[in-house]
Amino acid sequence: MADIKVGAYICKGCGLGERLDTEALVKTAQKDGKVPLTKSHDFLCNADGVAMIKNDIASEGITHIMIGACSRRAKTEAFHFPEHAVARANLREGVVWIRPDTDEARETTQEMAEDYIRMGCAEVKAMTAPAGNPNTGGSKTLLVVGGGVTGMTTAIEASKTGYPVVLVEKSGALGGWAGKLYKRTPVHEPYKSPADTGVADLVSQVQADSNIKVYLNATIGKTDGAPGRFVVDVATESGATHTEDIGAIVQATGFTLYDMNKLPELGGGKSPNVVDQAGLEALATAAAAGDGVIRRPSDGAPVKSVVFVQCAGQRDTTGQHLSYCSGFCCNASIKQAMYFKDTNPAVDTTIIYTDLRTPGNGEDFYRSAQEKGVIFTKGKVAEVVPNGNTSTVKFNDLILGDTDASMVDVDLVVLATGQIANSGINIDALAGVAEEEGAVEVKPISILNLTYRQGKDVPQLKQGFTDSHFICFPYETRRTGIYTAGPVRRPMDIAQAREDATGAALKAIQALENAELGRAAHPRSGDLSFPKVRLEGCTQCKRCTVECPFGAIDEDEKRFPVFNESRCRRCGTCMGACPVRVISFENYSVNTVGAQIKAVDIPDEFSEKPRILILACENDAYPALDMAGMNRIEYSAYVRTIPVRCLGSVNTIWITDALNAGYDGVMLMGCKSGDEYQCHFVKGSELGRTRLSKIDDTLKTLNLESERVRDLEVAITDIERLPEMINKYAAELVAVGPSPFKGF
Amino acid sequence: MSANTAVAEKYRNNFLKEIEEQVEMGDWVKMCMQCGVCSGSCPTNFQSAWEHPPQELFMMIRAGKREEVLSSSSMWNCTSCYNCIVRCPRKLPITHIMHGIAEYAHRLGMAPKMQPTRFFSGLFWKNATHTGRVNELKLSMGLYFKDGFVQGVKNGMAMQSVALGLVKAKRLNVMELFGGHKCKDQKGIHAMLKKAYEIERSRKTAKMAG
Repeated sequence: MADIKVGAYICKGCGLGERLDTEALVKTAQKDGKVPLTKSHDFLCNADGVAMIKNDIASEGITHIMIGACSRRAKTEAFHFPEHAVARANLREGVVWIRPDTDEARETTQEMAEDYIRMGCAEVKAMTAPAGNPNTGGSKTLLVVGGGVTGMTTAIEASKTGYPVVLVEKSGALGGWAGKLYKRTPVHEPYKSPADTGVADLVSQVQADSNIKVYLNATIGKTDGAPGRFVVDVATESGATHTEDIGAIVQATGFTLYDMNKLPELGGGKSPNVVDQAGLEALATAAAAGDGVIRRPSDGAPVKSVVFVQCAGQRDTTGQHLSYCSGFCCNASIKQAMYFKDTNPAVDTTIIYTDLRTPGNGEDFYRSAQEKGVIFTKGKVAEVVPNGNTSTVKFNDLILGDTDASMVDVDLVVLATGQIANSGINIDALAGVAEEEGAVEVKPISILNLTYRQGKDVPQLKQGFTDSHFICFPYETRRTGIYTAGPVRRPMDIAQAREDATGAALKAIQALENAELGRAAHPRSGDLSFPKVRLEGCTQCKRCTVECPFGAIDEDEKRFPVFNESRCRRCGTCMGACPVRVISFENYSVNTVGAQIKAVDIPDEFSEKPRILILACENDAYPALDMAGMNRIEYSAYVRTIPVRCLGSVNTIWITDALNAGYDGVMLMGCKSGDEYQCHFVKGSELGRTRLSKIDDTLKTLNLESERVRDLEVAITDIERLPEMINKYAAELVAVGPSPFKGF
Repeated sequence: MSANTAVAEKYRNNFLKEIEEQVEMGDWVKMCMQCGVCSGSCPTNFQSAWEHPPQELFMMIRAGKREEVLSSSSMWNCTSCYNCIVRCPRKLPITHIMHGIAEYAHRLGMAPKMQPTRFFSGLFWKNATHTGRVNELKLSMGLYFKDGFVQGVKNGMAMQSVALGLVKAKRLNVMELFGGHKCKDQKGIHAMLKKAYEIERSRKTAKMAG
């Protein structure tokens, strides 16, 4: 730390020179920022400006660079100094673009810019250039768990990209669910008839590929380590254990059909003539092997009428069955109805649905079924009454308003039950999360057997599918380097599963490459910083190990936290959680933000210039503020914005410090949390909010009003709303009055 | 056995098949996806005038509600505006299907006898083919007296001022009541229509006998 030499550079381009007194900014940096080497430049991001900085690095030995120009999100290529600590003062999007160009506004705009220069200088001095995670591993092998369509596709795609694959399948044959199908929903023009499953082709591709090592009748005994250096024990049926060095993992363990025995009112389990979709596939396969006629299981008579019951045990509002739509079953029932119509058009086939959902090109498939004479009836089936060799289907006809509609003498009833993810143990169940309404009972057999402190499998959503950031990072689980693809992630059909498999394979490859270089995976891809802990100060409170959304932190025998850097996503939730503040990143710490908070000049209470601190999430809120600037939407000149990696990284000391320093208010801007979270670190914003909900106590001890801290849920699209909220809050604070802590 | 019972016996439980084979454009019924755009587009405001909107009729056909469909007055309310055809996302020729079902119900003798549209259609056809020209006075008189003599006089009284206005403007000739104008070759017209009717009847009978 002794050899810090800071250079500060202030840009005059993009109108900064005209709107701001840059000479005064230079003086501010020199005097308040204590950076003697401060220069201004007409156009800092051009070759000449960058050359000036590079020249100073070479001749003056600059180690730390403060750039007062545009947002840190802009010109990242020009201002790329990976060997150096770099701080950016956002004078463009954060100051001149959000302020009116008028004489009255000039003074407050200049004050804003000067504060950002002070903050930048203070921040950069508290930083060091990140050196990268030293605990890396270089395994390039991909482990694929599950040998169905998703797993095989993942293996083939990864192998084609040049990465060796270990494929583990629990059963004795590759193929999975799709291997049991007679035919599949078509995925090519003209989408009119069921198509070949293509499983045989996939199996032969896998078997012919010397880059893919297949374990059949095998499970995962233990998964240890971190991305780039997983050590996985593959347990085979014979009892032997094979240890594999693995770089990244794709879990493609698929789904199980919802048990139709739980639907006795729909005849499930009551008659052999009531089957689920798997049952019908078996009948169709058996028929194809014989004379092609699908026969009634009870007596072997050819089926003359068949009824398909959609949403059987799905989209259930009573809490007894699945609350969700599995998405694939409408197309599957259409396909199965065609099994009958294609062999004998005289067979009566009726599909009773409430909403026909045919994703992809299913609409064409639906139309084709209508042309073939499949009858579609909109209704809700109340009861299936088996009677001898036939059944009566009682339903509520939703179009004709006939609550007592029924179909008699039905030979075969097919229940479209949904998909349940084979996602292993629900590791949160112990905490009582699984008891929520709509929660699904899952098989208590672990799939990955992780040796992580936080549990043996990847975390799940409340319906049992594996948790991932649905919008931005669909394949990424909350365990770095472990990806899920296919119906274990969300209900889907074969076409979607294959797309998923390809995506997950490529993501897993990225993860193992990043792991080898000691860099972060998404969303801070390429970040070289990682959490460092000062163990001397640790009180073993375990908050970091419990809160880490990614299970990156284990405990050693002495119950100190052990950081697995390669598993870390660099959100800083541990840093925000740490009550003794011993966790920090080289370029992001309690100090880097704290120093910025303290660097702001707080005018006295008579100036009528309040100060509002904004701690904005860098993923959504900060870009939204930048975009507000790009759109020249004005907002208060009294705010000072500091980007944070996640709301979860916000340490309450920052808020206490800000209020003690005389800030009138603090705004926290983070992503949506809860069941429909949008946090890029999944649980970060939720954990941050839980922590901050206790801020009222702090406010009380300081004898401050609760309005002084405001939590705001922000999405990246809130470009117009955010400035409104800021201005509204600024007006509210005027009503509350100035902070009593000013001037101390 | 009437034509109706014969054909009903033939198709037994499969009314949809009956419609597909016997009704013009009837093979389109199975393609309806129940979106209801036809009903929403109908200017006759089916809620008050129509017992069953088009998409509901199609569903009733699929559900085998033969009596209800064929004796319904719904399809007779169609004004042939073609809004439904234009808007149907499945491109069903709904207007034509409505007329097809109406005609089929009429042919089987199932159509509601005094439904005004049906009554007027019959009246118009008889009137126009009788002399080869439409006699407007007789046509409107026929419609007035549809529900009996007393009601006919009442209807006539209500329209008195309109009638007088038409007479004054020389748009209505009272003498039309006696004979009225006609086309030159009435016999030819009658012969032509008779032949056309025979052709159609033999075709449809053959179809029904199947």
